[in-house]
Amino acid sequence: MVWQKHDYDGIPGTYVFDGQRSHAGYALNRMAFSFNRVENREEFARDMDAYCRKYGLSDEQREAVLNGEFLKLLHLGGNVYYLAKIAVFHGMNVQDAGAAFQGITTPEFQAILDRNAEGFSDKLQQKGGYWHG
Amino acid sequence: MARIVGGVTTSHIPAISNAMAKGLEQEPYWKRFFDGYEPVKEWLAKVDPDVAIVVYNDHGLNFFLNQVPTFALGCADHYENADEGWGLPTLASFEGDAQFSWHLAESLINQDFDMTTCQEMLVDHGFVTPMALMWRHLPAWPVKAIPLAVNTVQHPLTSARRCYQLGKALGKAIESYPEDSKVVIFGTGGLSHQLQGERAGIIDVDFDLECMEHIIHDPEWMTRFSNAELMEKAGTEGIEVIMWLVMRGALAPKVDVIHKHYHAPISNTGAGVLVLENPAD
Repeated sequence: MVWQKHDYDGIPGTYVFDGQRSHAGYALNRMAFSFNRVENREEFARDMDAYCRKYGLSDEQREAVLNGEFLKLLHLGGNVYYLAKIAVFHGMNVQDAGAAFQGITTPEFQAILDRNAEGFSDKLQQKGGYWHG
Repeated sequence: MARIVGGVTTSHIPAISNAMAKGLEQEPYWKRFFDGYEPVKEWLAKVDPDVAIVVYNDHGLNFFLNQVPTFALGCADHYENADEGWGLPTLASFEGDAQFSWHLAESLINQDFDMTTCQEMLVDHGFVTPMALMWRHLPAWPVKAIPLAVNTVQHPLTSARRCYQLGKALGKAIESYPEDSKVVIFGTGGLSHQLQGERAGIIDVDFDLECMEHIIHDPEWMTRFSNAELMEKAGTEGIEVIMWLVMRGALAPKVDVIHKHYHAPISNTGAGVLVLENPAD
């Protein structure tokens, strides 16, 4: 038995959420899904370690959840939308997580976004027909 | 007969819902983005649709990873929004149109699109953010809504090409419904963004604008990309742009461009808005 290779495997810094990752991260993502219910969030907040054990996370996954190690959780099969439900408990949103994946601060991450979008208004002018207020 | 009045593309990210919930629309960060929706709202008021079909992806509210349908159609009389776990306020429920939905399901399946039919379906931010962007100024949702969920979360995903073909079949399905109702289709998600990994934070303005122009004039261009190519250019979550093609496929080959709006960054994304009107018969 073997996990097939994919044409997207070579995209750097990217963990495409496919069957292989979803299989590896199933318990972790299932726990995160349970956080859609407030009573489960409260139970998790009371004893995170016990809650992770209840959902059958691996030791590695459990420690990464408790320590808020989000890049590691990606490696261990976490899906980013489900990790967002865990990030809340560490006071983090998706931008904070985006920074954490790269080991930079949130303002540094936001500066990257600003830089990537720089000059878009000029490009709209060149294309023509865009709304400008 | 039912008639498609046009289509709208829009982002659906939760940061937008959060900004609306907190009334931040006129803050400097948000103002240009939200102001660019005013012409969309005006157009919707003018064409006055009866039904909105919202093409979106669920992010872990209705569908967990235990069951992931590639294409799922709401076939209920109403739909509820619910808690996604991160504190967004829950919006008022949406009236559906079960008869129309079941007609669409039957027509699509007869056209070889094997839809999953859902008689209970919670709708997450991917669905409610566009609805709120268009109509939060009104006391109640002015349309019946039909959710059409596309899996863009767990690979293998369907392709841009297949989404475009689904749109064509959806167009036929809508226009074969005997009731005189006006239908608008929202293609949601995108544009370029990647939330995950060391590559998080990419925004490709050039690619975003290429997508917007081609969606209008040459949607076939979009269908030539593989999912790997789209993710390389637009990011792992930017792949959501394939859902715009469902909307576009349902419209006439030549459409009238009512409005084009782009802003970046909005949270982690490039945000593109199009209003495309079907020419009158």
